Amino acid sequence: MSSAAAPEDTGPTPPSGAQAERPGTIDAVPVRHPWRWVTIAVILALIFLLVRLLLTNDAFNWSFVWQAMVQSPVLNGLMLGTLLGTVGAMVIGITFGIALAVMRLSDNPVLSGVAWIYTWFFRAIPRLVLLTIMGALGVLFPDGLNLIPFGNDLAHLFGADHLGFATIDANRVFVGVLGGIIGLGLSEAAYMAEIARAGILSVDPGQREAACALGMSNGKAMRRIVLPQAMRVIVPPTGNETIAMTKDTSLLIAIPVTTELFFQLSSIGSRTYQTFPVLVAAVLWYLVVCSVLMVVQSRLEAYFGRGFGTSAPDEGFRTRMLSMIGGSK
Amino acid sequence: MSDVMPLVHAVNVHKSFYGVEVLKGIDIDVAAGEVICLLGPSGSGKTTFLRCINQLETIQGGRIWIDGELAGYEEKGGRLHRLNDKRIAAQRREIGMVFQRFNLFPHKTALANIMEAPVHVAGTGKAEAEKRGRELLERVGLGERCDAYPAQLSGGQQQRVAIARALAMDPKLMLFDEPTSALDPELVGEVLAVMRELAAAGMTMIVVTHEMGFAREVADRVVFMDGGVVVEQGPPEDVINNPQHERTQAFLSRIKEETEEHAAALKERVAAEEL
Ligand SMILES: Nc1ncnc2c1ncn2[C@@H]1O[C@H](COP(=O)(O)OP(=O)(O)O)[C@@H](O)[C@H]1O
Ligand SMILES: [Mg+2]
Repeated sequence: MSSAAAPEDTGPTPPSGAQAERPGTIDAVPVRHPWRWVTIAVILALIFLLVRLLLTNDAFNWSFVWQAMVQSPVLNGLMLGTLLGTVGAMVIGITFGIALAVMRLSDNPVLSGVAWIYTWFFRAIPRLVLLTIMGALGVLFPDGLNLIPFGNDLAHLFGADHLGFATIDANRVFVGVLGGIIGLGLSEAAYMAEIARAGILSVDPGQREAACALGMSNGKAMRRIVLPQAMRVIVPPTGNETIAMTKDTSLLIAIPVTTELFFQLSSIGSRTYQTFPVLVAAVLWYLVVCSVLMVVQSRLEAYFGRGFGTSAPDEGFRTRMLSMIGGSK
Repeated sequence: MSDVMPLVHAVNVHKSFYGVEVLKGIDIDVAAGEVICLLGPSGSGKTTFLRCINQLETIQGGRIWIDGELAGYEEKGGRLHRLNDKRIAAQRREIGMVFQRFNLFPHKTALANIMEAPVHVAGTGKAEAEKRGRELLERVGLGERCDAYPAQLSGGQQQRVAIARALAMDPKLMLFDEPTSALDPELVGEVLAVMRELAAAGMTMIVVTHEMGFAREVADRVVFMDGGVVVEQGPPEDVINNPQHERTQAFLSRIKEETEEHAAALKERVAAEEL
């Protein structure tokens, strides 16, 4: 528009009248969503059916469910097999997985080849099969495991067989919860390696360069600058992996490990013929554990997300529900 | 020539990427305290040369000495031996680098960005590093923004933090790779002001820039590169006002046009905002 225009000529004129107000606060009728009401009705009907089933069907036998959940063998199984198993396997999986990812991305072809083969091997083996093998590994070491690799071989070489370096019973390592943690952890490492690799690759290469330009060695730049930023990408899928691992601890019976939640509950079920209530009890425990894990995950995500994007919290569930039914104000 | 080596002594530097030669024998000397501006069209190898100086790239030919020390290699028994990662990292400590896209650590506050290298590379105590970090932020005019994360700062502020971060290691030499070309025009001035102050304080600087005003005013010498070679160099008034080489003339007149266009656009914008 030409700036020479007369001041009176300012486009479409507002409603005439000297005291015509300037437009103020918007108070509009929101868009209506009739289909939302239909879906809400359908969902409410389904919820009603489900609640009625839960409350009126005797097969649930709720009082038995509560009792079964707090039996001491069940609680032991929960603590040892399920929780300790998950934590242990994930600690091994995350540590080895990140190491494998760094190896995979290194310039050294041997390291990156080893990492590739590891991932290839452990991703191919079903966990049930792997745990069964772990339980049977003792067969390979009837004389026990050398605590010092090559120790006895070297002793033999120098004619000092009588030295006999310390060994431990292989079954103590491979059978029991420890064996299960090792087996699940090694398997997990293969998946975590891929997750960690994607996380490391997601960090702008300029970050590593800026760190190196400040005089950091490659290793320190990885530890202090690249990995903490990669965690932002690594944490969410790791949460998934942890939850999946919680459920996979029910495979520990393949070793066999019996101090585990699901085995303990189902054996109560077969002793008492209350097969259905113990399944419900297992579902409830898994729900509790996974809910706790989800809280931990969101805390971690908030921690590693600091400095990225806005820190404004997601608008609450309540606000979104209100706006969905068109009543937000 | 005196037998005292200049701070940067680059001789016949060659660099290729996948068989394509990008630097074709660069000779550049920079004396301690000198400020040189590297000019040249895009793709002429300016960034690559800066990266070779602090060994973010390895060179295939020639030698670079920094303060008398051969970069990246050691001569033993008539042969060159590659230095290991740790020793290369130690050589980089002497050189500060400022990147076009700032490359601040986004998960750390401005102050933590600056403290990172002194604490975790040089082994300075936390308290001392923090004190120095606050001083440096003060010096670049950001004393109030110590606790801001990079994402909460404007481009010009981020670049000033990046300069302070490099200075925290007390480098002998500062490299700037187009430090203002990712910035909105109205933010360029604040970064150039910090660099001007640094030059006045006696820092040795190699600055890749298209800011002719800065080059004219601050540089002791201007080096014009094109196609991986140094085409001409000399005092800014000679090279910028009276270029001898045809390629320099073509480049400078193009830059002049662009700068005028920019200035006109900026003026229009400011005018529009004032309305
Ligand atoms: N990492 C790389 N891989 C391959 N080619 C590169 C790489 N870095 C730079 N080049 C090439 O080297 C040439 C010089 O680039 P650069 O040094 O960035 O020029 P300038 O900074 O002067 O614009 C360009 O042709 C560019 O494509
Ligand atoms: Mg460049």
